[in-house]
Amino acid sequence: MIEIVSRERCVGCDKCVEVCPTNVFDTGADGVPSIARQDDCQTCFLCEAYCPVDALFVDPRSHPLPQPPDERALAAAGTLGAYRRQIGWGRGRTPGARLAVGPALNRSGPPLTS
Amino acid sequence: MTDPSTATGTDLTADVLVAGGGPAGAWAAVKAAEAGANVVLADKGYLGTSGATAAAGTGVWYVEPDPAAREAAMASREGLGGHLADRAWMARVLDQTYANMNELAEISKYPFPVGPDGRQIRRGLQGPEYMRRMRVRVRRAGVRVLDHSPVTELLADGSGAVAGAAGRRLRAGGEFRVRAGAVVLATGGCAFLSRALGCDVNTGDGALFAAEAGAELSGMEFSNAYAIAPAFTSVTKTAFYSFATFYRADGTVLEGAGSQKGRSVIARTLLDEPVLCRIDRATPDERAAMRLAQPNFFLPFDRQGIDPFHDLFPVTLLAEGTVRGTGGIRITGPDCSTSVPGLYAAGDAATRELICGGFTGGGSHNAAWAMSSGTWAGQGAARHAAALGGGAARRRTRPLGAAGIRPAGRPALDHREVTAAVRAEVLPYDKNYLRHGDRLAPALAALDDTWRALRDGLAGAGVDGARARSAAAMAAHARWMYRAALARTETRGMHKREDRPGADPAQHFRLVTGGLDEIWTRPETAVAAVAP
Repeated sequence: MIEIVSRERCVGCDKCVEVCPTNVFDTGADGVPSIARQDDCQTCFLCEAYCPVDALFVDPRSHPLPQPPDERALAAAGTLGAYRRQIGWGRGRTPGARLAVGPALNRSGPPLTS
Repeated sequence: MTDPSTATGTDLTADVLVAGGGPAGAWAAVKAAEAGANVVLADKGYLGTSGATAAAGTGVWYVEPDPAAREAAMASREGLGGHLADRAWMARVLDQTYANMNELAEISKYPFPVGPDGRQIRRGLQGPEYMRRMRVRVRRAGVRVLDHSPVTELLADGSGAVAGAAGRRLRAGGEFRVRAGAVVLATGGCAFLSRALGCDVNTGDGALFAAEAGAELSGMEFSNAYAIAPAFTSVTKTAFYSFATFYRADGTVLEGAGSQKGRSVIARTLLDEPVLCRIDRATPDERAAMRLAQPNFFLPFDRQGIDPFHDLFPVTLLAEGTVRGTGGIRITGPDCSTSVPGLYAAGDAATRELICGGFTGGGSHNAAWAMSSGTWAGQGAARHAAALGGGAARRRTRPLGAAGIRPAGRPALDHREVTAAVRAEVLPYDKNYLRHGDRLAPALAALDDTWRALRDGLAGAGVDGARARSAAAMAAHARWMYRAALARTETRGMHKREDRPGADPAQHFRLVTGGLDEIWTRPETAVAAVAP
C-alpha cells in the first residue's frame, strides 16, 4: 500500500490525486497530498509510476504497515522512483516497453513480451 | 453541438455513453467517436490507470494473418474451453485484434520491442504504457472524460430501451447524469475486492446494471479463476511461476503443484498450511529477461529483500472471479449488442465464451477480446444512436437501479457488512475454486440471504452510495456464479466439480443466467451469429 508521500520531494502537482484509480489521496492544504484513504489502496504502484519527482513509495504488502518505512533509507537505496525508472518513464529514458522481451515460457516458443 | 465546458457539469447529453475506462471502454469510446458519435466516457477511477490491464500488462492474441497460424491459434484452446467457443467469433477477433494492435503501433506510436529480424514484436503490452497512450487517443478523438465518476445505474426510456446512465462524482462531488442514444458497458469483470493487481475497481457493476435493464448473462459458472501472488501482496503476475517449484513449509517439494496444471494442489494445500515457492528452473539469461518483460513482477521481491531465484517465499492465491474467468453479460449480435435495445457490452464485462469457451480468458485472449469487442460495441452504439436521431439524448428517462440504491425498506445496512458477507462465500478456495455441490448450495443460500437483506436495507449517500452499489453488484455476481455452477452438473473448462468429475456430452451448451431476486438458468439455444 501507499506508505510515503515525501514532503521533501513533492512539488504539489497533484498528479497522484488525479491518477489514483481508487481515490486514495486528497489534496493537501500545504500543497502536499495526503494519504486520506489508505485502506482503499489496491497496491497497483501506478501513483509511483506517474509521480514526476519520485516522491511516493508503495510497499508491496497489500495491508498497512504498523508505521511507514524509513524514507531516507529508501531514498539512499534508490527505491524511491525505482518502478518509474524500470518502466522507463521520465525524460531521457528509454520506455521499458521497448525492451520488454522476456523468456519463452516453453523453450521452443516465442518470447514473452509483457 | 454540446458545449465541451459542460464536461464538468452534472447533466450531459451524448450519442454514446461508455461506462468504464479500461482497454475495452477506451477502444469503444475511440471507435464510437471515429464513427461520428458525440461520446462521454465515465470511469469510477481514472482512464489510464483503472482496471486489470493498466497495472499489470498482458500478452495479446496477435497472430499474423497466415491461415496455418490462425488455424493453430484457434485450435489451441478449444479443448481446454470445453468446446464452447465459436470459430467465427475467434476468426473475427483475430482480425480485429491484428488491426487494433497495428493502430497502436502506427497511431499511438506504442514502443513495441524489436525482434532479431528487425520487426516489431506486437504480442504483448505493458499496462501503464498501453493505457496512458489510450487515454491520449480517447481525448484526441474528442471524447469527454469523467474520471472518478462511477456509474451507479442505467436510465431507460418509456419502451425499456437504455437511454443513458447516472452516477456519482467522487472528487468533484455530487451526482451526474448522461442521457445518450446508447450505452456501452465496459466496467470489467468481478474480483470481489481480492486485491488482485489492479482489480479492486472490478466489482461487477456493469452486470448488475445490465440485469436490471433486463439483459442476460452467460458463462457465469466459469468464474473460479485464482492467481498466484507472493503472500500478502497484490502482484498476480503468474507467467513466471512456470519456472517455479513449490514446496511445503518443511522444504519438501509439493508434488503435483504447478502454475498451469496443479494450481488446485496449491489451493488444497493452502487450506491447511503455507505453500512456499522458488523460481528455480530459469537460466541466468531467462532471469535477466524476466526483469525486462515484467518489472512489476519483481516489486514484491525487491522491496522485501527476497531473491526469488534463491530464496523460498510464501505464496497465496487471489480470486480473480470473472476478470480471468469468462462469464459476463450475454452478447446477442456481432456488434456486441445485448438483448436490451441501446445496451452494448465489451471487455471483461461481457462473456468471453465466444472465443475462450469455458477456460480462463486471462491474458492474451481477454486483451484481444477487450480491444475487439470494444471496437464493435463502440461502432454499434454509434450506429444505434445515429438511427435514433438527434432527439435520442433528450428522451424522458427513468432510473433502473434497485438493489443498493433504492432499498425496499429503511436503509439500515452498511456496504461493508454486505461486502464481507459476499467475500466470505466467494474467496475461500474450498467454496469457489475446489467446487462441490455440497458446499456450493449452502454458500448460495447464504448469498441469497445477504441479497434479501440488502434489497431491503442497503443504500448510501455520496461515495458510500457508489460503494453500496458495488456491494450489491458483488452479491448479485456471486449468486449468478453459484446458481450457474450448481446448474452445470459436470466438469467442463475451468468449472471443475469434485462431485461431478468428467464432462457430460448432454451439457455441451452455454448456460444463460439472469434475474435478480429470482435467479434462473437455461441452456443457450440460439447462438449470436457473426453475420450482421
